[in-house]
Amino acid sequence: MAFLDYFRKSSSRSASVAKDRLSIIVAREHGRARGQLDYLPQLKQELLQVLAKYERIDLEQVTVNLERNGDCEVLELNVVLSEAEPARASMPFVGAALPR
Amino acid sequence: MSQVIVVTSGKGGVGKTTTTANLAAGLASLGSRTVAIDFDVGLRNLDLVMGCERRVVYDLVNVVRGEAALRQALIKDKRLETLHILPASQTRDKDALTLEGVGRVLDELKAAGFEYIICDSPAGIERGAQMAMYYADQAIVVTNPEVSSVRDSDRIIGLLEAKTQRAEQGGDRVATHLLLTRYSPARVAKGEMLSYKDVLELLGIPLVGVIPDSPAVLQSSNAGTPVIFDQTTDAAQAYMDLVHRFVGEERPHRFLEPAKRGFFSRIFGMEEASTYAG
Repeated sequence: MAFLDYFRKSSSRSASVAKDRLSIIVAREHGRARGQLDYLPQLKQELLQVLAKYERIDLEQVTVNLERNGDCEVLELNVVLSEAEPARASMPFVGAALPR
Repeated sequence: MSQVIVVTSGKGGVGKTTTTANLAAGLASLGSRTVAIDFDVGLRNLDLVMGCERRVVYDLVNVVRGEAALRQALIKDKRLETLHILPASQTRDKDALTLEGVGRVLDELKAAGFEYIICDSPAGIERGAQMAMYYADQAIVVTNPEVSSVRDSDRIIGLLEAKTQRAEQGGDRVATHLLLTRYSPARVAKGEMLSYKDVLELLGIPLVGVIPDSPAVLQSSNAGTPVIFDQTTDAAQAYMDLVHRFVGEERPHRFLEPAKRGFFSRIFGMEEASTYAG
C-alpha cells in the first residue's frame, strides 16, 4: 500500500549516497588517468635519495600526498627525522601547486 | 560527408545495442543512408534486435579478412531502404579484428555513400571496445543512472580522449555525448535514483538524450522491431528526439518529470513497470 511508503521514505533516499560515492571515485580516477599521479612513487624515491645525503631517514617515515583544494592541487611531503634529534622531529614541507 | 559514430558504455546491458538500432533506424527514416555495425564479435545481437537474424550469411570478420565482399555481408533492412546492418561473427573472437582491417571496411562504407556509420561497441574496455571507438568522429556514451554504469562510463570517456585516431593525431577530439537510458523520473523524485543532473555533473560531457525506462523497449526487442518505429510510446519519442538532435535540431529534453498519478494509483500504489533489455 502506497500510504505506508510515507513512513519508509527516509530510508530510501539512496541517490545522494550514490552521488557522493561516485564523486570521490571519479575525481580519483581522473587524476590517475591524466597521469598526474603516475610520477609520485618515482618522485618519492628521488626525494629520498637527496634527503639521504644529508640525514639518516627511514622510507616508512616519508609520506607524499596529493590533495585537492578547490581549483588547485597541493603536493604535500612530510619527512619525519630520526629520534636522535628530537628538536627537529618533524619537517613538513607544503608547496608545489600543480596545474590541473 | 560520412560520420562514424560509436555507441559505447564500458558496462554491459545498459542499452548500447538498443540505442544503436534505434539511432540507425531513426537516421535512416530521415532519408540518410545509414549502416549499423555490430562489433561484438562472438556475441552478436544487433541482428536479433533489428529482426534480421535469419538473413545473416557473411559478417564483419569475413569482410575484414577478405573472405567476402562488403556488399555480400551488408543486410538491407526490409522496413527502410536507407537502413543497412553489418553483423558480427558469432563463431570467432574479438582478436579476429584488426585496426587496419576495420579502417578499410569503414573507408569502403564511406566510399559507398553511407552518411552515418554507427558502431555498436561490445562491453568492456579491451580490444573489441577499442576497435569500435578507434575511428569514431562522435561517441554516444550510454549510461544507466546507477553507480557501476556511471563509473564505467567515466573510464570509457577517458579512453575516448586517449585511444582513438583523433586523439592520436591530435586534431579535433571525438565529440562525446551522454545518453541516459532506463531513466525513471518517479524514482528520481523519490530520491532512489541518480538524477540526470547528478550524472551530468559527475561525467562532465553534454547530454544528448534521456530515454525513460519503458516496457515498450523489451517488447520491441522481443519482436525484433526497434521501438522507434512505433512513435506512440515515450521511449520511441525520446529516441526520435535524440535522432533530431543528432542532425543538428534543437529539441527540449522530455520525460524528465514523473507522470501525474491519479488518486487511486497514489493510494493503492500501482508502481510503474520497469524493463530490462540490453
